[in-house]
Amino acid sequence: MASLTRIQRYYLIYTGAFLAFVAGLAVLEDHGMPPRWIGYSFLFFTIFMYAAIGIMSRTSDVSEYYVAGRRIPAFFNGMATGADWMSAASFIGLAGTLYLSGFQGLAYVIGWTGGFVLVALLLAPYLRRFGEYTIPDFLGARYGGNAIRLVAVGAAILSSFVYVVAQIYGVGVITSRFVSLQFEIGVFVGLAGILVCSFLGGMRAVTWTQVAQYLVLIVAYITPVAILSWSVTGNPVPQLVYGQVLNEVQRLEEKIFIEPAEEQVRQLYRERADLYAQKIMQLPNSLTQEREQLSIDINKLKASDAQMKDIVALERQRRELPHDPEQAKARWETAMFAAAERARPPTHHAEAFPAKDPEEKLAQQINFLALIFCLTVGTASLPHLLMRYYTTPTVREARNSVFWSLLFILLLYMTAPAYAVFAKHEVFSHLVKIPIGELPGWVAAWSKVGLVSIEDINRDGILQLAELSLNPDVIVLATPEIAGMPYVVSGLVAAGALAAALSTADGLLLTITGALSHDVYYRIFRPQASTQFRLVISKSLLLVVAVLAATVAAERPGTILLMVAWAFSIAGSAFFPALVLGIFWNRANYKGALAGMAVGTLVAIYYIVRVEFDSIPWLAISGIRMTPWFQIQSTSAGVFGVASGFLTVLLVSLLTAPPNNQTKDFLERIRRTPARDKS
Amino acid sequence: MKLTDAYWQKTRRLTLILLIIWLSVTFVLSWFSDWLNQWQFLSFPLGFYMAAQGSLLIYLVLIWIYNHRMHQLDAEYGIDDE
Repeated sequence: MASLTRIQRYYLIYTGAFLAFVAGLAVLEDHGMPPRWIGYSFLFFTIFMYAAIGIMSRTSDVSEYYVAGRRIPAFFNGMATGADWMSAASFIGLAGTLYLSGFQGLAYVIGWTGGFVLVALLLAPYLRRFGEYTIPDFLGARYGGNAIRLVAVGAAILSSFVYVVAQIYGVGVITSRFVSLQFEIGVFVGLAGILVCSFLGGMRAVTWTQVAQYLVLIVAYITPVAILSWSVTGNPVPQLVYGQVLNEVQRLEEKIFIEPAEEQVRQLYRERADLYAQKIMQLPNSLTQEREQLSIDINKLKASDAQMKDIVALERQRRELPHDPEQAKARWETAMFAAAERARPPTHHAEAFPAKDPEEKLAQQINFLALIFCLTVGTASLPHLLMRYYTTPTVREARNSVFWSLLFILLLYMTAPAYAVFAKHEVFSHLVKIPIGELPGWVAAWSKVGLVSIEDINRDGILQLAELSLNPDVIVLATPEIAGMPYVVSGLVAAGALAAALSTADGLLLTITGALSHDVYYRIFRPQASTQFRLVISKSLLLVVAVLAATVAAERPGTILLMVAWAFSIAGSAFFPALVLGIFWNRANYKGALAGMAVGTLVAIYYIVRVEFDSIPWLAISGIRMTPWFQIQSTSAGVFGVASGFLTVLLVSLLTAPPNNQTKDFLERIRRTPARDKS
Repeated sequence: MKLTDAYWQKTRRLTLILLIIWLSVTFVLSWFSDWLNQWQFLSFPLGFYMAAQGSLLIYLVLIWIYNHRMHQLDAEYGIDDE
């Protein structure tokens, strides 16, 4: 069919309208529209569009609500999956992580894309052929029994809830930064933005808004770096040309890393780190001493006729001292690690595994692969992603839509490393060795909100590389200013980040409410419930879970990014062995799967807790920190979880009775093998 | 009866082959990244290029091959889903 379908025409018009809107704002900015109003326009215009799509797609049909009526064409399901998959962390954080860790950060790029091969080969076609509503549905049908359904519901909620909190938190950060709303208000604006999409229309509405959000986020992600690429290299396709820029960066690295001023600054930071280490060792005496010393100084100043403001400054310093040795230890440790971080000799951006000795290099290699493993397996296990492949009309379309998903996701993941390299090029050529008074404007602007910090530790009035510290988020957020673009581009980036956060939150929220309303309420408690009542339950749960997530996000939990990384390990450990063996191994049975899911999840959680925490106050447990196994970090706990999950499913299944004929029928159906001995 | 059994066997074999390629690209190649970095490709160090772009494009091709081949198998064995 040569002509466009109706939906394609709609989205073409939509994209045109969005671009016209951006162009209109650019003209208005030129005529003196203040940045704040541009920020508001983006916020309200995009949320209004999502709301319009959400309301147009409202539905009271169960199949429409849970799986969009299985009518989403592969191409659009790919776009929706792209938006579903790429979260606030991918949009804002990834480029910054790549800036800070260079080659090591590419584990995220490989992991978050490589997982789609597993989805395509091992899961998507079979899930679609099975054709129910949720992932617990699949496990329940394959293995039989409600216990496995409940364990699956638990794991799905555990991994998705943390993730949705992180998205709403991201919305709060974006709105507070770009339209200067208060953080808490921003969180609830985000909540409204999520609810208008998902509340009335469930999966159907979420899918079509996700397509719209994908278009906004990809335009917003690529535009600034394309302009920057054009101004630096004369070629507007950053993915193709940043190799040359990387070479230039390497050349500058060779020069800058060995400069005497840099060495001097690193030495000063090393001394500071040692000082803190000493103070921590001598606790609690060092704290009392420090307080006494400050008191003496204050009295001395008071006795002389020093200026009042100096005395006040010292008094404040004394007031802000840690209250007790415990607090002092925590605070000084943070300061010590920060100083030690800056004292470390920098590594070359493209250098793989930059270690001092073979042992450290081995640890880096192991961790690089372990992280890739956890992210790929986690990708192939997160229920909100897998659910999307229930929504296509046929198995063939499901397969094709994994291809489109990966293609649309690649556009962002292949651009992120370019962002990092262009940012590094800017820092090396326009920041380092520049007098601090003459730094470009974006540095001061982002210092004010605390994302950039500069400390002239050697007091030479010139910026050294080690004196600059960047928050990972700043790379994407500041690129428009780095390239000297008008504010409208910054607004566009904010709208893109918002789209990334909202779309992921929508998908996650549907997964959680689907697990609760469909799997727990309908399948287990009241199978006789009417379809209308099921939808009422589902919508009320959606509201409750969304408000709960926003309330948690408004508390600003500190370790949220780390928790998202753990969600991958937990989801992978819980689901991957049971799903894959359930499809490919006839002998896998109910007991094996139940044991495997439980053991895998528990091993992952056990490893995270023992490596990351020393005590759990509310359980009155302390002194439990252990040295990591094979030097693997807690973010890669899934290595052990998935392995033990597979082993447990294998062993327990072989030790117990083989599955019954129902399972055989199920396998014959999803594999399309013929029925045997059934007559 | 024989016919559709062969469908599942061929599906499994295809899955296994592609999975082995995927494993070697994802894990073996990444392990030797610093060794690969001694060569240049499109003015990138090769190890860096593979991790940032090359592997990703190979993933896309793997999925395309799978879909293409499965489509052929579907036609060959008359598998018609919904």
